[in-house]
Amino acid sequence: MEFFQTCSARRILEDTMKYLTFAAGMMAATMAVAETPVLTVYTYDSFVSDWGPGPAVEAAFEETCGCDLKFVGAGDGAALLARVKLEGARTDADIVLGLDTNLTAAARETDLFADHAIEASYAFPIGWNDAQFVPFDWGIFAFVKNADLDAPTDFKALGASDLKIVIQDPRSSTPGLGLLMWVKTAYGDESKAVWEGLSDNIVTVTKGWSEAYGMFIEGEADMVLSYTTSPAYHLIAEEDASKDAVKFTEGHYMQIEVAGKLKSTDQDALADQFLAFMVSDAFQSIIPTTNWMYPAVTPADGLPKGFETLVVPDKGLLVASDQVQAIRDEALAEWLDALSQ
Amino acid sequence: MVAAAIVAALILGTLLAVALRAEAGRGLGPSEWAAIRFTFWQAVLSATLSVALAIPVARALSRRQFPGRHLLVTLLGAPFILPVIVAVLGLLAVFGRSGVLNEILRWLGLPEVQIYGLHGVVLAHVFFNLPLATRLILMGWQQVPSERFRLAAQLDFGPREMWRVIEAPLLRRVVPSALAVIFAICLSSFAVALTVGGGPRATTVELAIYQAFRFDFDLGRAALLSCVQLLLVGTAAFVALRLSGTDSFGTGLDRVVKRWDAGGLTRIALDSFAICGATIFLILPLSMVVWDGMFGVLQMPAQVWKAAGVSLVVALASTLLMLGFALPIAIAAGGRQSWIEMVGLLGVAASPLVIGTGLFIVIFPIADPFAVAFPVTALVNAVMALPFALRILVGPVRDVIQNYGHLSHSLNVTGRHWLLLILLPRIRSVLGFACGLTAALSMGDLGVIALFADPETATLPLQMYRLMGAYRIDAASGAGLLLLCLSFGLFWLFDKGGRGRADT
Repeated sequence: MEFFQTCSARRILEDTMKYLTFAAGMMAATMAVAETPVLTVYTYDSFVSDWGPGPAVEAAFEETCGCDLKFVGAGDGAALLARVKLEGARTDADIVLGLDTNLTAAARETDLFADHAIEASYAFPIGWNDAQFVPFDWGIFAFVKNADLDAPTDFKALGASDLKIVIQDPRSSTPGLGLLMWVKTAYGDESKAVWEGLSDNIVTVTKGWSEAYGMFIEGEADMVLSYTTSPAYHLIAEEDASKDAVKFTEGHYMQIEVAGKLKSTDQDALADQFLAFMVSDAFQSIIPTTNWMYPAVTPADGLPKGFETLVVPDKGLLVASDQVQAIRDEALAEWLDALSQ
Repeated sequence: MVAAAIVAALILGTLLAVALRAEAGRGLGPSEWAAIRFTFWQAVLSATLSVALAIPVARALSRRQFPGRHLLVTLLGAPFILPVIVAVLGLLAVFGRSGVLNEILRWLGLPEVQIYGLHGVVLAHVFFNLPLATRLILMGWQQVPSERFRLAAQLDFGPREMWRVIEAPLLRRVVPSALAVIFAICLSSFAVALTVGGGPRATTVELAIYQAFRFDFDLGRAALLSCVQLLLVGTAAFVALRLSGTDSFGTGLDRVVKRWDAGGLTRIALDSFAICGATIFLILPLSMVVWDGMFGVLQMPAQVWKAAGVSLVVALASTLLMLGFALPIAIAAGGRQSWIEMVGLLGVAASPLVIGTGLFIVIFPIADPFAVAFPVTALVNAVMALPFALRILVGPVRDVIQNYGHLSHSLNVTGRHWLLLILLPRIRSVLGFACGLTAALSMGDLGVIALFADPETATLPLQMYRLMGAYRIDAASGAGLLLLCLSFGLFWLFDKGGRGRADT
């Protein structure tokens, strides 16, 4: 009896709460329309930090939109998608910015994202025809080392060498997953053997990029899995030319970062305007020296000085987003097998 | 009882929220079972070794007086309260491939040591937990009234009698629960185990939870794994509770302890070895953190200071909350309901990711998660620190109840008066230690804030991770040093405030 009473009491409480939230939401919405419209963009943490692209992008967009652009940071790319899934259609977000091609299929499955009509001539070496997601930058995974180190130029030679590398765990980190896909696309069925060759070179596997890069800087490994653009940070921000990336003959796996508009947005036109702004020069020229990635569309003024020194791979590798999940699960099983022995 | 119910509700309720939100997922596969096995064994090894090594150190500290002893006892708290990434980098600077130890070995022409592997995981966990174990066991020694040692000296006790009459019962009182607490901490280890463990062999349950969340978004499996974690800790706590003695050493006059059993060359050599060994093992990695950080302090952006302020407020708030939970539970557990302490232990076993997500699911429909980021963080930090606080408080509170309970009852001193006049003055020093530990832990915790924080409001550890994620490793080391100083400062203030004049 008591159980039923508590249940119904909870129901009443929940209903009241729902109503209150709804009323508050309505009030906020009405007020927002009456005042400056607010465009809410969910993104990953490092995008919004003071040294990331967020502040400059916000200033540039607010100059033209007559709106208030609000960035909300939610962990990293995977955490961002989890957040959107948890919030569902009730989310405050109008735009989600910072998913990558490994996540877009899962994001599409949620049916929360709307179609876009943006067209641009992208700088990355593959065609782009995704109905829901618009690229805003891209990067190329690579091993970063000290410039004076002579490094092997493919995975098999690396496996045969006695160089020590530190990598990230694909289960908890985006670059870690990138490496998994890289080896899998380059070697297919042979990839397990490649991992077995690499296993005695791997000093350790870290939870995220930061730990791995920190360990590399502290001298715990000869090379770390990062991006071809990492040396640009040291060169431009620290005026330190002592780091470079290794060009692998198999080609390099790419990461394309995208944004999408949510169906539940109450700022439809403004969201479209933001997506169009996102592929314009004003946004794209901010990316290289704040996000340390390549802009999705090369700005008219070209890339900042220093980027011309970076390694450019002969071939860019990428798994189509609808095949990611199947390949990922198989590759993970191989990876676990090869490294757990 | 109410406090215990709130804590249980927070931990189990959030778990339920996650489980209810789950879509049908797959159950536990072989890789999860492997993770459970690894987690269990490394936690058993780490806890056993931490406590086994802590016993000689605590004994040495309890019967020796030397300059800097106070500072050393306080410093023992430091590794435990460091954020994981700072401590791991410090540890690697000593034991890593290009660490101090290997530099020396290379210079001597000896083979290098390899830290990565199960032994590395245990080493790292001992580094984190040896100090805590030492403090917990040292507290056990300090609860023996000075009159007992006086009597022992008068009766001319040798080491064997000393062991049988004083030390063995004393250890039986403190060791099982110290083991359980450290087992629980090591059970939820993730980044340390993975990084120092050298690869996927060192997959822990917490990593499997993380994977279920972000890799597969399988909330059901995350909740299931979290249950496994809680079950393991629950069992450990139950065993510890059954094994631990609850006899009191009786009451004394709260006099300063003087020890007569400290003479003899062997004992002096043994104690010096224990103290010096532990000090070097703990201080070296810490000094690497300080050294690395000093270069970064000047490069820290202004946000770091703001984040430091935020962290201070959260730390103090969670200390207050912890007291609100811990005192009632400790009083209940000190009386007849000793099982109630188990509730507190759940706090350390619960995955922060599950608690955070559960809270998010609960809060999102009613309020803006960002608006409640700080209260939520303070609350969760308080609950996470609860097991340590309880471990520290329950023994002394039980003593006060056993020794003064009848007298106070017959004098009709109850309620607030009993609390203020009888209990609090007698547990002042342990209360200070518990508060210091909570404040420092909360200061260094990354836990749930990452799920709730918006860009303008970050705590210091989160800001440090963000700096690291943006290549600013020097600035991040600076922030790490600041974090170390603040955590340690808070810890020192509370600990010292609690100790007052008493020579402990």
